[in-house]
Amino acid sequence: MRTLDAVVLEAPIFADLDAQYAEQLAGCSRTVGFEAGETLFREGDPADVFYVLRRGRVALELFVPGRGPITIETADEGEVVGWSWLFPPHTWHFDARAVTPIRAVAVNGVCIREKCDGDPALGYELMRRFSSVLLDRLNATQVRLADLYGGSHGR
Amino acid sequence: MAAEAGPSISRSALPEPYVVRRRSRETADTWTLEIAPHDGPPIDPKPGQFAMLSAFGVGEVPISLSGRGRGGSLVHTIRDVGEVTAELCRTGRGDMVGVRGPFGTEWPLDAALGADVLVVAGGLGLAPLRPAVEALLERRDSYGRLILLYGARTPDDLLFREELDGWREAGFDVQLTVDAGTPSWPDRVGVVGKLVESAEFDPVSAVALVCGPEVMIRFTVAALVENGISDDRLYVSLERNMKCGIGHCGHCQLGPVLVCRDGPVFSWDQIGRWLAVREL
Repeated sequence: MRTLDAVVLEAPIFADLDAQYAEQLAGCSRTVGFEAGETLFREGDPADVFYVLRRGRVALELFVPGRGPITIETADEGEVVGWSWLFPPHTWHFDARAVTPIRAVAVNGVCIREKCDGDPALGYELMRRFSSVLLDRLNATQVRLADLYGGSHGR
Repeated sequence: MAAEAGPSISRSALPEPYVVRRRSRETADTWTLEIAPHDGPPIDPKPGQFAMLSAFGVGEVPISLSGRGRGGSLVHTIRDVGEVTAELCRTGRGDMVGVRGPFGTEWPLDAALGADVLVVAGGLGLAPLRPAVEALLERRDSYGRLILLYGARTPDDLLFREELDGWREAGFDVQLTVDAGTPSWPDRVGVVGKLVESAEFDPVSAVALVCGPEVMIRFTVAALVENGISDDRLYVSLERNMKCGIGHCGHCQLGPVLVCRDGPVFSWDQIGRWLAVREL
């Protein structure tokens, strides 16, 4: 059976992470599962965790009055769900729902923030890696704003 | 000599009358027409080529072939976005349209023999790729993994929904993504380039065929290159102000090439640098 730190290191965001940091992450982690349709978190709730997906698909949803929930992004195996634990006020900006059955590692954000406060090198390393994910998603969002698929009449 | 050259000039410069055999709706604003020569010989178009379609009295537009119909007829999928396309989309069985072509280069399916093939489409870009998908499946055993990555605005904007399932059953790994999903949408939400990261292919030998709006092509090519596909195994289909379709008017010039004459299918090492020039 693999240890939690080994499981954490399988996620691309933590590739080549120093073993001591992986251990610290694992110390704040537990494995979790969700059934399809279950909610991982809801907009406005305290953001005290992030998930490293080992299996399954999660939809990030925005509830629009009069229209209902709209899926704005999905995350699959190997991806990380949630970064609101990093920034005040530490509340979720969207809902997250399991599209399929989920297996994941849940990392306690409060626990890991405390470790980062005590070890700035760990804090820098995690911030660097999460910033990369944030940049990718910001870029993707900006590309979508350009109406990626519109404009043509008969390609 | 002039008499011998006549039919060729006529066929490329003058619209031939075609009869609409079938019209089917794909999405809210997109229709597929199957058209056959009124009295001419059947046509044998190649995957990737386009034709100039005219609505008589209204105008002419370049439209890619989206399939091969029965008995040498042509299949085109058209989005209603202007006067000519609106008129073409309004035609019904038995109506006449004008056709010049087919023209242009084809998808390099022979160059991909034995290799994994990634077909990446955005929006209406799946239409010109459909003949390639069908041709790949006709020779399924001659290729490695076949992967279709397809993105659209919403689930309702996806083309050829029923065929997507059929392609999946026939051996394509079909992965879909949309910009905005609904609670019942089971596939991905996000940009189509992101699907490249999770697709399983041999980056050393795989060939990629890409079609969609230019902004989609730009970001998708970046993702493909980042995942190991070299410029000479990456092919795109372009659409740039094509007017005459036969390389005479120069409207579709892009650097040293004319898209209608030298394309619409180009390898990225041939065309990529010119697409990056904003002034062109």
